[in-house]
Amino acid sequence: MTLAADPARDPGHDGVQPSGAILPARGLGDRVSAVFWRHPNVLLATLLALPLLWLVVVYLGSLAALLMQSFYSIDEFSGQIRREFTLSTYAELLRPANMDIIIRTVAMSAAVTLGAVVIAFPIAYFAARYARGHWKALFYLGVMLPLWSSYLVKVYAWKLILAREGIITWATDGIGASAVLNGILALPVIGGNSLSTSYIGTWLVFLYVWLPYMILPMQAALERVPQSMLEASADLGASRWQTMQTVVFPLALPGIIAGSIFTFSLTMGDYIIPQIVGSSRRFIGQAVYQLQGTAGNIPLAAAFAVIPIVIMLIYLTVARRKGAFDAL
Amino acid sequence: MRSDNRPPLILTAGAIAGLLFLHLPILLIFLYAFTTDERTYQFPPPGLTTQWFAVAWNRADIWPPLYLSLRVAALSTVMALILGTLCAAAMARSRFFGRDQISLLIILPIALPGIITGMSLRSAFSIMDVPFSTWTILMGHATFCIVIVFNNAVARFRRLSGSIVEASLDLGANGFQTFRHVILPNLGSALLAGGMLAFALSFDEVIVTTFTAGQQSTLPIWMLNELVRPRQRPVTNVVAIVVFVTTFVPILIAYYLTRGGSETAGGGK
Repeated sequence: MTLAADPARDPGHDGVQPSGAILPARGLGDRVSAVFWRHPNVLLATLLALPLLWLVVVYLGSLAALLMQSFYSIDEFSGQIRREFTLSTYAELLRPANMDIIIRTVAMSAAVTLGAVVIAFPIAYFAARYARGHWKALFYLGVMLPLWSSYLVKVYAWKLILAREGIITWATDGIGASAVLNGILALPVIGGNSLSTSYIGTWLVFLYVWLPYMILPMQAALERVPQSMLEASADLGASRWQTMQTVVFPLALPGIIAGSIFTFSLTMGDYIIPQIVGSSRRFIGQAVYQLQGTAGNIPLAAAFAVIPIVIMLIYLTVARRKGAFDAL
Repeated sequence: MRSDNRPPLILTAGAIAGLLFLHLPILLIFLYAFTTDERTYQFPPPGLTTQWFAVAWNRADIWPPLYLSLRVAALSTVMALILGTLCAAAMARSRFFGRDQISLLIILPIALPGIITGMSLRSAFSIMDVPFSTWTILMGHATFCIVIVFNNAVARFRRLSGSIVEASLDLGANGFQTFRHVILPNLGSALLAGGMLAFALSFDEVIVTTFTAGQQSTLPIWMLNELVRPRQRPVTNVVAIVVFVTTFVPILIAYYLTRGGSETAGGGK
C-alpha cells in the first residue's frame, strides 16, 4: 500500500485536524476554480473565448470579406481585381443573362419547396399521429438516414436512375408507357433530350435530396397538434377533409414554413445537382462556382453569392412573423 | 377507442411510397458496382462481376484523396469537439446579454447554403493571399462541424442534473476535478455521438470544400470529377459504397448512443 492511498497518513485528510471541512487551497486548480465560482462571468468568458474567436474571425470575417469583394470590380484589360469601392459589379447582375439565372434559381427553389410539402406531408402526418413504438423508431431512422447519408452518393444514384438507358426508361418500356415519358420530355421548357438533361430531372433530384429537411420540422409541428382538437372537430361534424383543412393544416403551417426555409435556401445555394443532372442553363450556384474558378472574377461571384443571403433574410423575416422559429 | 385511430388507406400508401422514394435510389449504387458494363448506365446490367472492387483497390488515384478526406475529417472532428463543447458548457444553463446572437452565430454556418460559406472563405483567402492547403479545407469544415457537436452536447448538459455538480463541489472537488470525474463521464456518449456525426458530415462534404481546396482533392471532390468526366464508371460506384458506409456507420452508432434521450442525435443537420 502506498503512502498516499492510506487515509490515516494522508496529510490532506488528516482526521486530527478539527477544521477538516474548510480545506486549505491545494494548488492552482483550486484557486482558479474559486475565482470561477465567485465570478461566474469570468468562467463564461473563458469558456466562450476560444469558440467565439474562431467563429467571429473565421466565419464573420469571411462573410465580411465576401461583402467587401462584391463591392470590388474586375479590371477588364488586366483581369486583376481592382480593390476600390464600386457598385458596378452589382449593376452587372442586372444584365438580362444574369437576371435569367436569378429568376430560374428562385423559380426552381419554389417548385422544389412545393413538391417537398406535398410528398413530406403523408410521411410526417403518419409518423406524428399513427406510428407508435417500433414503427416510430423506424420512421425516424427512415427519414434521418437519408438526411445524413452522403450527398454525392444520393446525387449519383439519381444520375443512374434518370440516364437515357437507365431504370426509368426500362420501366416505362416494360409497361408500355414510353409514349407518356416521351410526351413529358417533349414539353417545352421543362422537357429535354432525356430526364437527366431536363429541368424535371433537376427538380426530382433536388426534391429527393432536401425532402428530409421538410419532413422533420413538419412532423415536429404535427406532433404538437392535440388529439382533443381533432376529436372536437369530428364531434362538431367536420369531415376528415374539413378537419385537415381547417384544423391540422393551419397548426402545421409553422413547421411547413420552417421546413421550407431549408428546402428553399439549400436549393438556391446548390451548384452540384444542376451540374450533374440538368440542362446547360445555369443556376446561381453554378454561376458563383464558375466565376470564382475558371473566370477568376471573384467580385462578381461574391455579388452573386450575396443574392441568396438577401433573399433568405427577407424569407426569414416573413417566417419569423408566422412563428416558424418555434417549430425549428 | 375510436375507429378513427386507424390511418386512412391513402395516408398509409402515401407514407410508404414516400419512404420508398427516400430509400430505393441508394440501392442502385450497390447494384451498378457489380455491372459488367463500364460505358453506360444500362439497366438491367448486362452481366454481374466483382472485378471492380479489385480494380478500385489498385487505382493509385483513389488513395491520396481517401487519406486526405480521413485526415481532414479527423482533425475537424477534434476541433469541433473542443469548440462545440466549450460553447455548449457556456450556453446550456446561463442567460446573458448577447446569448441569442451567439446561438445564431453558431447555427449560421449550416443555416446558410454551403456555397455562401465556401465563397466567403474563398473571398477572404483571396483578400489575404492565403495559399490553399489542408488548413484552408480544415477551416471550413471545423466551422460547420461546431454546431453538430454543440447541438448534442447542449442537450446533454441541460439534462445533467445540477445537484450532482454541487455534490461534487461539496465533497471537496475543484472545478477541474468535477469536470474530469463528474461532467465528462455524463457527457461522454453525447460527445461521441456528436463527434461521429461531425466526422460523417466532414468526410462527405463537397460544396464548401471545392472553394477551399485549390488543387487538392478530397474523396468527394474525386467523386465529383468522376461524375463529370467518367472513366470506369463502376469504380465510381465502388468508391460511392465506401463513402456511403463510412458515413452511414457513424450515424447509426450516434443514433443508438443517444436513443431514448430527450434529443436524439441527427434530428437536425
